[in-house]
Amino acid sequence: MALKLASIFFTMILVDNYVLAKFLGICPFLGVSKKLDSAVGMSLAVTFVMVVATAATWPIQMFLLTPTDAAGNLKWDMGYLQTIVFILIIAILVQLLENVLKKYIPALYKSLGVYLPLITTNCTILGVTILNIDNGYNFIEAIVCAAGAGIGFLVAMVLFSGVRRRVEQAVTPKCFEGLPITLVAAAITSLSFMGFGGIVESIFGA
Amino acid sequence: MSNENSKLKILTNGILAENPVLRLVLGTCPTLAVTTMASNGIGMGLAATFVLLCSNIVISALRKIIPDQVRIPAYISVIAGFVSVVQMLVKAFVPSLDASLGVYLPLIVVNCIILGRAEMFASKNNVLDSALDGIGMGIGFTITLTIMGSIREILGAGTWMAGLDGLLPFLPAGFKIQILPASIDPFSLMTSAPGGFFVFGILMAAAVYLTTPKAAKTAEGGEA
Repeated sequence: MALKLASIFFTMILVDNYVLAKFLGICPFLGVSKKLDSAVGMSLAVTFVMVVATAATWPIQMFLLTPTDAAGNLKWDMGYLQTIVFILIIAILVQLLENVLKKYIPALYKSLGVYLPLITTNCTILGVTILNIDNGYNFIEAIVCAAGAGIGFLVAMVLFSGVRRRVEQAVTPKCFEGLPITLVAAAITSLSFMGFGGIVESIFGA
Repeated sequence: MSNENSKLKILTNGILAENPVLRLVLGTCPTLAVTTMASNGIGMGLAATFVLLCSNIVISALRKIIPDQVRIPAYISVIAGFVSVVQMLVKAFVPSLDASLGVYLPLIVVNCIILGRAEMFASKNNVLDSALDGIGMGIGFTITLTIMGSIREILGAGTWMAGLDGLLPFLPAGFKIQILPASIDPFSLMTSAPGGFFVFGILMAAAVYLTTPKAAKTAEGGEA
């Protein structure tokens, strides 16, 4: 059990990294990774919302939308409401987080600024909640997977903010200035993460 | 006359001048994720265009009723409703597309293009203009996805439009156009994650180059 959880956790960070391998959360990845401290703040907020959102959406899916009886048969199927229900829960959670941060950690609230409301439309959050259901994880596995996805996002953001500082100093052709060259740098960062493929399986034997 | 011109301008704005992906840098996640094949790009583009058009019309029609404080949740509910419709339609009629788009189909909800256009355009303009804007932006999105999908598929797999038979049922099963001869090893990196970032970067640079006025280019010398 512990082995499987560890395997899920490290797979989410290294192999199935949401940003660099699955292309989720590219907007904040490109938008906030310019400065290290805002990159860390944003990633921590995302990780927190991911875990809380998974903890809230998993029981709703299993007990309200597609509940099963002891034999594993569907009692009723309202799975088609998944998208609407999940996005509304996430929107409410983000609003809650915003209010809490505003009151108790105003410094972090200031530095995250406009990006906090954007967490609602951050595809990593909705993505991780839906993928947890699709993969058939149980509650604990789903939480671990969400935490791993959040940490993976943090790793990618922090590494890339370092890459980006160097890229911004570089002299590039006129039309590549700004985002295009950043994307090419992201391609190389993503290439380096491909090297982790298979490493988790061979360590944990999963 | 000038009125008609402005309508046309709203429609064509999304294709190059304000191309949602390459110029406004919205909706980058599906752009990178689904464009491993050109036919996926077309399918994703059409699905998003449908949602964009419907949500723009509804939000624009409701723009005076929705209170300002709760507008974002209201927009998201409208968009999520239409995305569920698209999900059910795609599952029922194009199951192969549903399989290849996977989780990215429900993720149209959080595609920033749709919420962005609702906030930037539909909430301030009348229904007709918003519908035109939705179509224009959708076409721009679809074209960009198709171009990117074509580049990645041709270089990465050597074929073009493989899987289009799922979208267009009159094509024979297993339809594809072989561009590179099968004897050449395809550059499979292009269909994986790094290739996506790379092609996107190159395309964005190309869009900047094409939309920069000629005079500015010559002033740069041969550099650009």
